[in-house]
This record gives sequence, structure tokens and C-alpha cells, in this order.
Amino acid sequence: MSFHNYEEMAAMILFGIGFTTLLLQKNLIKKIIGFSMMDAAIYLFLAAKGYIEGRTAPIIADGVTSMEAYINPIPAGLVLTGIVVSVSVTAVMLALTVRLYRRYHTLDFDRICALVRKEEQ
Amino acid sequence: MALWQSIPFACILLPLGSAAITSVLKERWAKYWTMFVLVCLVVLSSVFAGKMLAFSGSYTYMMGHYPAPFGNEIRAGQLEAVTALFFSVIMLLSLMGGMKKVEEHLLSDKQSLYYVMLLLLSAALMAQVYTNDLFTAYVFLEIMTLSACSLITARNRGRTLVAATRYMIMNLLGSGMFLLGITLLYDLSGHLLMSNIQQAVAHLAADGQYRMPLTVVIALMTIGLSIKSALFPFHTWVPDAYGYSTPTSAAVLSSLVSKGYIFMLVKLFWRVIGLDVIRSTGILDVLFVFAMVGMVMGSLSAIRQNDVRRMIAFSSVAQIGYIFMGLGMGTKEGAAAAMFHIFAHGVSKAMLFLSAGGLADASGNHKQFRHLRGSGFRSPIAGVAFTIGALSMVGFPFLGGFTSKLNFAMAAMDQSDIRMLLVLAVLAVSTFLNTVYFLKTVITLYRKPLPGIEYPAEKGRRGFCFNASLVLFSLVNIALGLFSQNVMGLITRGLSHFG
Repeated sequence: MSFHNYEEMAAMILFGIGFTTLLLQKNLIKKIIGFSMMDAAIYLFLAAKGYIEGRTAPIIADGVTSMEAYINPIPAGLVLTGIVVSVSVTAVMLALTVRLYRRYHTLDFDRICALVRKEEQ
Repeated sequence: MALWQSIPFACILLPLGSAAITSVLKERWAKYWTMFVLVCLVVLSSVFAGKMLAFSGSYTYMMGHYPAPFGNEIRAGQLEAVTALFFSVIMLLSLMGGMKKVEEHLLSDKQSLYYVMLLLLSAALMAQVYTNDLFTAYVFLEIMTLSACSLITARNRGRTLVAATRYMIMNLLGSGMFLLGITLLYDLSGHLLMSNIQQAVAHLAADGQYRMPLTVVIALMTIGLSIKSALFPFHTWVPDAYGYSTPTSAAVLSSLVSKGYIFMLVKLFWRVIGLDVIRSTGILDVLFVFAMVGMVMGSLSAIRQNDVRRMIAFSSVAQIGYIFMGLGMGTKEGAAAAMFHIFAHGVSKAMLFLSAGGLADASGNHKQFRHLRGSGFRSPIAGVAFTIGALSMVGFPFLGGFTSKLNFAMAAMDQSDIRMLLVLAVLAVSTFLNTVYFLKTVITLYRKPLPGIEYPAEKGRRGFCFNASLVLFSLVNIALGLFSQNVMGLITRGLSHFG
């Protein structure tokens, strides 16, 4: 039996790396990088699922209208929508990071939490 | 197709379009326009709920008349109609009650953006309630997350910024899991519309195919949504986010945002996957256990607080536990009790946050209990409203909270012996703990102020909108208690058309 799910395997490994980075890293920028990796892994997975061996992109160029000639276009549409969502989430996270950095002059989230607690007392 | 059947579509599009318009308005007009749109939303939702009561059943509405897989569907039944009505009423009253505070806490050039976020949040909630497409649901979940994040940071303080960052991190983990779940489910079933997925999943389950992937999908999506709705171990952002943001934000976040995610979870269980398949995976037991722990731990943390807003925030953690316990029972009665608790908790928690804001105002902007002594006399309407909300949370008869506790106990009767005992015991303990911290607060409100603390002379009058909102909230609370049987009947009927 030949093993051919390379894309899916890569996607799952990347998802795991991104997830743990987002959860465990102290540095806010690294957290955002982790988030981007996590989302990119899901898009890789979706794109891999939409691809069918030996078929082309669903754009009618030379008059072939048979469904058999083309890959599934839905996952590509989902990936595009997902990219828009993750871009806006990344923008909001970066904006939050800028605001925190201007206030506390550090990117270390644990230190920021400690500083906030000190500020309050 | 009759004209009124387009109302759900209008309910999503109206706030979404108005959000774009509001962003270019001056703050005064933005305020009026937002109020107008929210009133329209309430009117539309109540007309729709009235029509659905007569209609009985559910229907699907194809957007732009394109069939799946390219088109997008809305599906509406009685449960959706009632939920949308409740959500829009709470949204309108929360904005009314906290408007003065929004103007006080925000820079004047940022206020119209706050209203934009509120409108986007309403649109996302409505879409959450009505959509029949899993990917649309994901997109609107993210819109809800982003707008909720900006509602927290609207008041620019260190605590709110940190809370918002924590909130975003937790929510991004949750939505990442949810999105991976959708992707895998699409891969397994080949559909994105909820009803089609349910048929495909039923086929898979009947043939015994793909057991493992299906379990992984269910676990990913359920845990993702529970993280997003702040179930017990994932609640670290809750106290700061609810405790330090402006009162409207706190009210909206605790009563609507987390409830939107839970409604999505109900949809996932009943419509997308189907309850039989969910039950066979054992995920319900996991939810059940976390809910039980959350009910007790949330209340224990609430008792330890000396700040009224943080106390209410921790009480929310406990109440989310109640809702998940109902869902974790895995029966129709349990889910109906959970739905009723979503309404009861939403209505009283928003009122508690708003009236706590009013009471703190009457005590020179202090939220600690020792400053709040006697504030019930200084700000009478807020005091009465807080008392009603607290009694409802404790489970006083004739108020919503009583019926929901009764419903949970009755739903537990169908469970196995151990589960029934557990539910009843935890309900009793949690009710006792609720009583301890809520009645303690109510008594504090009506005690003589400590000697040596001076209060501002103008007695914390908050204007017509604030008072009107609290009176209306109290009326809704009492109505929910008095007509609880009708509401329960509606929910039960709605649930049977839901799947």
C-alpha cells in the first residue's frame, strides 16, 4: 500500500505547531505567527481535499464543459473566504499588540499581566 | 413565498448595512441611527415571532435563489424566531441602559465606531441564529469575536487591553478548532448545508464508516465552541473583560456573545450532526463534568470577590455551567431547560451589569462592597433592579431563574441514577452558593454607609434612558417568570422542528 496523504499530514503537523505556539508562547508577535500558521495549515488541508489527481482548475478555457475535467471549486472558495477572515483577525491582534507595547514597552505577555496588576494597586 | 418570510434575511442585512453607514456619521447621529436600527430589529423580530407562532414548523430560504452548493440558505423555525427576539430586545435595552456611560468612557471621536461594532455584533448574532450553512456560521462567529474584542477595548485601560488579548487568544484557539472541524466534516460528508450534512452523517453512522474521524470532528467543534463561550476551565479572560469594560459591553458580552456560541452548539448537536450520533461519542459526558465543576467553582470564586462587577462576572461562569449541564444531559428536556436558561440568564445578567454600573456611580465610582453600602437608597431604581436580577439568579419564585432551576431538576429525572443524583446535588450546592453571594450584595446595598465615607450630592441620577431600560428589563424578567410555561412550551415545540 502506498502512502499518499502527504499534504494532509503536513497540514496536521503545521496545525499542531501553530496551535501550541499560539497557546504557549509568551511573546505576542510569536503568538500571532502561531495563529497564522494554524490557519494556513487548515487552508492547505482544504486545498488538498479539493484537488483531484489529473484534473485542472475549473475555468472553461478550450470549450470543455464536462464536470470530469475539473477539480472541485468549493474548497478554493472557502480558502479565499478564510484568508479574508484570518487577515482581519491578524490585523486586530497586531493592533492590540501595538497598543500594549506603547503602554508597557514589552512584548512578553506574562510581564504585561504582572505590570497591569502592579498598576492597579 | 410570503413577504414576511424574508424577515430573517432583513434582520441580518439591516444591521450589517447600517454598520457601514454608521461608520461615517457624527457621534450624535450614529447614536440615534443605531437606536433606530435596533428598535427596527426588535419590531421585525417580534412580527416574525408572531407570524412563526401561527405558522408552526420551519422553512428554508434560499439566498438569491441559488441552490446548494453555490447558494446559501437561511432556516427559520419557532426556536430561532424566539431567540432572535430575545437577543434583539437585550441588545436594545443594554445599549439604552449604558449609553451615558459609553459617552463618559469613550473619546468622542471614537463613539461612532463603538456603535458600528454593536451593529456588527447584532448582525453576527442574527446570522448565527438563522443561518443553515456551516461556513457562513464560521465567518459570522469570527465577526462576532472581532466586534466583541473591540467592545472590550473600547474603554482604554490596561486591564481591558490585557483582557481583550486573553479573549482573542482563547477565541482564536477555539475558532481554529472549529474551522478544522468544519473542514474535516466537509471532507467526510461533502456538504456545507446543515440539513444535508445531517443526512450524510446519519448514513455514515448507520454503515459504521469513519467512526474515528467523526468522533474527532465532533470533539473539535464542541470543544472549540465551549472555549469560545467561556466554559469553566477556559474562563480566565472573563472577570477582567466583564469587570472593567463599559457596562453596555459587559452586558452584551455576558448575555449575548457567549449565548450566540452556545446557540451554535445547540444547532450543531440537533441539526448538523444529530443527537443520536453525538450521544454515541461520549462528548456529552465531558461537557457534563466540566459544567458541574464550573457551576461550583464559578460560585466559589464569586464569593471571594470584593468588587461587585467581578462578582457578577464569576457568577456568569457558574451560569454558563448550568447551560452546559442542560446540554450535557443529551435529552430534549435538558436542551429545552438550557435554552430557557439562556433567556433567563441573558435578561437578568444584562440588568445586573447595568444596575451595578448605576449603583457604583451613586457611590462615587467605586465598585467595592464597602463603598456600595446604602447605594440602594441613593439610586433607588438601580437598587430595585439589582435586587430583582439577584433574586432571579438565586431562583426566587415568579422570576425566570426559578423556572430554569426547576426545569433542570425535572430534566434530570429522566437521567440514570448517578447522573440524577449528581445534578440534584450540584444544583442544590450551587443554589446555596448563589444565595450566599447575591443576597450578601443585596443586603449590603440597603445597609447604612460606613462612617467617614462621603458621597457626591447629585445622588447618581442617570437620566431617562437608564431608568427606562432598567424598568423594562425588570418587566421582561417578571414576565419571563410568570409566563414561563408558555415560553417552555414554545421552546419544546421549536426544538422538535429544529432537527
